Amino acid sequence: MSLSVPAPLVMMRGIEKSFVGAKANSDIDLDLRRGEVHTLLGENGAGKSTLMNILSGLYTPDDGSIFIEGEERKFRTPRDAISAGIGMVHQHFMLVPTQTVWENVALGLEDQPFSLDKNSIIAKVRDIQERYGIHVDPHAYVWQLSIGEQQRVAIIKTLYRKADILILDEPTSVLTPQETKALFQTIRQIRQEKHGVIFISHKLDEVIDISDRITILRKGRKVATIPVQNASKESLAEMMVGRRVVFQIGKTLQNPGKVVLKAKDLVVRGGRGIVCVDKFSLELRQREILGLAGVSGNGQEELCDALAGIRQIDDGAIVVDGVELQGKPSREFQKKGVSYIPADRIGTGLVTGMNIRENIALRKYWRKEFTRFRFFVHWENIAGRTGQLVERYSVVNPGLGFPARMLSGGNLQKLMLARELADDPRVVLAVQPSWGLDVSATLFVRETLLEQRDRGSGVLLVSDDLEEILSLSDRIAVIHKGKLMGIVEDPDSASEEQLGLMMAGTSLAEFLPDDVPPGHVPVRAVP
Amino acid sequence: MKYRIVFRKRFRTGMIFEGVLPVLSVLAALFLAGVALMFFGVSPLEAYRAMFRGALGSWYGFSEVLVKTIPLVISGVAVGFAFRMKIWNIGAEGQIYMGALATAAAVRFLQSSSQFSMLLAMAVAAVIAGGFWGCIAGVLKARWNVNEVITTLMLNYVAIHLAEYFIYGPWRDPSSLGFPMTPPFPPSARLPQFLDTRVHLGIVAAIVLVLIFRLVIRWTRWGFEIRAVGENPKAAEYAGIRYGRNVVMVMFVSGAIAGLAGMTEIAGLQGRLQPGMSPGYGYTAIIIAWLARLNPWGIIIVSFFMGVLLVGGETIQVIMRLPLASVQVIQGCILFSVLAFEFFRNYRVLLVRKERN
Ligand SMILES: Nc1ncnc2c1ncn2[C@@H]1O[C@H](COP(=O)(O)OP(=O)(O)O)[C@@H](O)[C@H]1O
Ligand SMILES: [Mg+2]
Repeated sequence: MSLSVPAPLVMMRGIEKSFVGAKANSDIDLDLRRGEVHTLLGENGAGKSTLMNILSGLYTPDDGSIFIEGEERKFRTPRDAISAGIGMVHQHFMLVPTQTVWENVALGLEDQPFSLDKNSIIAKVRDIQERYGIHVDPHAYVWQLSIGEQQRVAIIKTLYRKADILILDEPTSVLTPQETKALFQTIRQIRQEKHGVIFISHKLDEVIDISDRITILRKGRKVATIPVQNASKESLAEMMVGRRVVFQIGKTLQNPGKVVLKAKDLVVRGGRGIVCVDKFSLELRQREILGLAGVSGNGQEELCDALAGIRQIDDGAIVVDGVELQGKPSREFQKKGVSYIPADRIGTGLVTGMNIRENIALRKYWRKEFTRFRFFVHWENIAGRTGQLVERYSVVNPGLGFPARMLSGGNLQKLMLARELADDPRVVLAVQPSWGLDVSATLFVRETLLEQRDRGSGVLLVSDDLEEILSLSDRIAVIHKGKLMGIVEDPDSASEEQLGLMMAGTSLAEFLPDDVPPGHVPVRAVP
Repeated sequence: MKYRIVFRKRFRTGMIFEGVLPVLSVLAALFLAGVALMFFGVSPLEAYRAMFRGALGSWYGFSEVLVKTIPLVISGVAVGFAFRMKIWNIGAEGQIYMGALATAAAVRFLQSSSQFSMLLAMAVAAVIAGGFWGCIAGVLKARWNVNEVITTLMLNYVAIHLAEYFIYGPWRDPSSLGFPMTPPFPPSARLPQFLDTRVHLGIVAAIVLVLIFRLVIRWTRWGFEIRAVGENPKAAEYAGIRYGRNVVMVMFVSGAIAGLAGMTEIAGLQGRLQPGMSPGYGYTAIIIAWLARLNPWGIIIVSFFMGVLLVGGETIQVIMRLPLASVQVIQGCILFSVLAFEFFRNYRVLLVRKERN
């Protein structure tokens, strides 16, 4: 045996995995070296999670082999993988909310004695925290923690099990920019200690920031593995999507008109009766996109549900075009021209078991032009309208009579945009409109929203993607724990830093110099 | 080499598959029931042949099958209507009894010699009573989110015992020699029967109801709302469809239709109210709606099949001296295998070779 080149920490060769109807991985090779951060980059559905679930023993591959430090291994269960030093923090990681941090860390340990040695566990947890700079109170209950903090617990959990190979599946999708920075600090520390890290993301900037090498997947196949020095945002995007991508979208300045939607001191409770939106006020004007930034789960969805009339409010007022609507049924909101693109396309926005016509009808069937003999749906008119809309919004579909579940994610979202935007609504509530879409569909959604603004609608854009907020918004509001942290009137003057801090709970007033009264509006010149 | 069984979730089910599955599940049921029949000590093949001959071997048998099909179709529509909204009305049986009770009340208190106005009054009474009975569960569900499976089921017992109270008590026919039954209805309160058979006008009601069911579900705004709620309640709420109001209305209509089944059954067939006027039609309707996949035409076909089973079952009771329970065993087998096959609709079963480690 030659001694010169040590075997890589992980070597995956010819990995194949099919699901019913989908080939998730085909013939994928991947190497991870010691002291390396290796990024898996790819659009949604490219097969990143599948490949890592194979490495962590959750799935068995249909074909291919895995070598850990040169030795072939077959993982039949996650336990096998853990004992080989592999630790994975899943996209949707699970902790027990009613238990404390240290209890969660101890949960499911291999050689567990009858009673847990609390002190030694906590000492070890603190040691890990010290070493990798992960801050979270071991005695806190998980339900008290933010998603970002919970993620830290999940990471501690894998490090506690002496993970030598750490897999992080889209960890930054739930983090503020500051939390992302802290996470990257931790990742660099882990790299320092000569472990290996596999990092999954589709955000190009951070990929270039943290990676040593990048492997690009597209439609279940490996496109290339390149060192970060050879990578640019453009080249990565091109490899990821398979064609050239233009990042710039043409946004012109608009002269906002009068206020179309006004929310005053809204108080809204969430599913468990907890106050999710707390004295929230906001004004949305014609011809503007008001970005609402915030880490998801801070009351954005409850707020929009309330603004669309779907969720009862405890207190406050909602005024659309000068008419108070609070307490009215949501149909009244629709009649006043409030459109709503909810975050949960499949669960809320569309009925995937119904056909495309019926999905267009879903929030329009009650209108006069779609009603016949008072009680009947005018399906011919709906079919005609659907035909136009599908064309205008280029919804690729097998036929209008087919169930919506046969559409791809991007086309589902286009279908919803078609329904919600086609009649030039006064107000558009768009929650995470490009979440989970591929690059071209994302672009389509963003351009469509801008176009809608130019046609005169007021658009409230809720997103946890700061890049999206910054590139589309005319003004930016920030929400944290249901409270308005402030409204930044000029997005060009806002730094990601500042927005990030606001998303973490610092109010705008704390950034302003003392002599400027809070709420002061720097007027923007319009050419 | 070892094999193990793996279950995979299905993403799509083909149309052929959708059609073949109910047939397969019935075949499996007949097989299961055949095993049970062997325990009763008879040859299943012979029993099935006797059933078939009894039910479809003569005009009389065929007409009797139709007689049984009528209440099954009507209550199948009743149940299927609620199921379309994923409201599990298990209470058709009780609603049938309430309809029958109200029918008997109408006959008792509104004597009229005009057959038309008499029958109309009876039908209205039955619809209101059955609808009211369904409504109770609907309101409880809409207001306090009380599980309708439990309330409708409980209300069945209440309805049946309520009917029995009147039959055994104040409404008992003094000239019935002590048998528990109301006095026979006057001719003006009877639905006409056809061609020397017991097939009565209820068959028209059944067909019309199936057509209306199809019309409402497919073409009306309300039907669209019902389907939307059934497919995805959250999306329906998002669409501005009011859940509570629809629950109450659907339960009313469902109960009303079942009530009508009670009316046609006693006005068309039995001519009086007596205990056991429905031998579980309301429960069989659940199997029917399920097997028919809530499809209107399917409800007719499956009801007819169940009618064959019931008439055939009576035949083998007589010919082969089998206990009454034997037909119920067959029905139970069908429900069981329908539920079992539902699993196959959602999952593929694969045999996978185990790798040696
Ligand atoms: N458990 C599963 N069952 C069926 N299909 C799956 C499953 N997991 C993933 N897939 C499919 O495999 C493909 C790759 O998915 P995934 O690995 O999750 O992609 P990524 O993580 O890159 O977004 C997708 O088409 C997805 O629908
Ligand atoms: Mg993934």
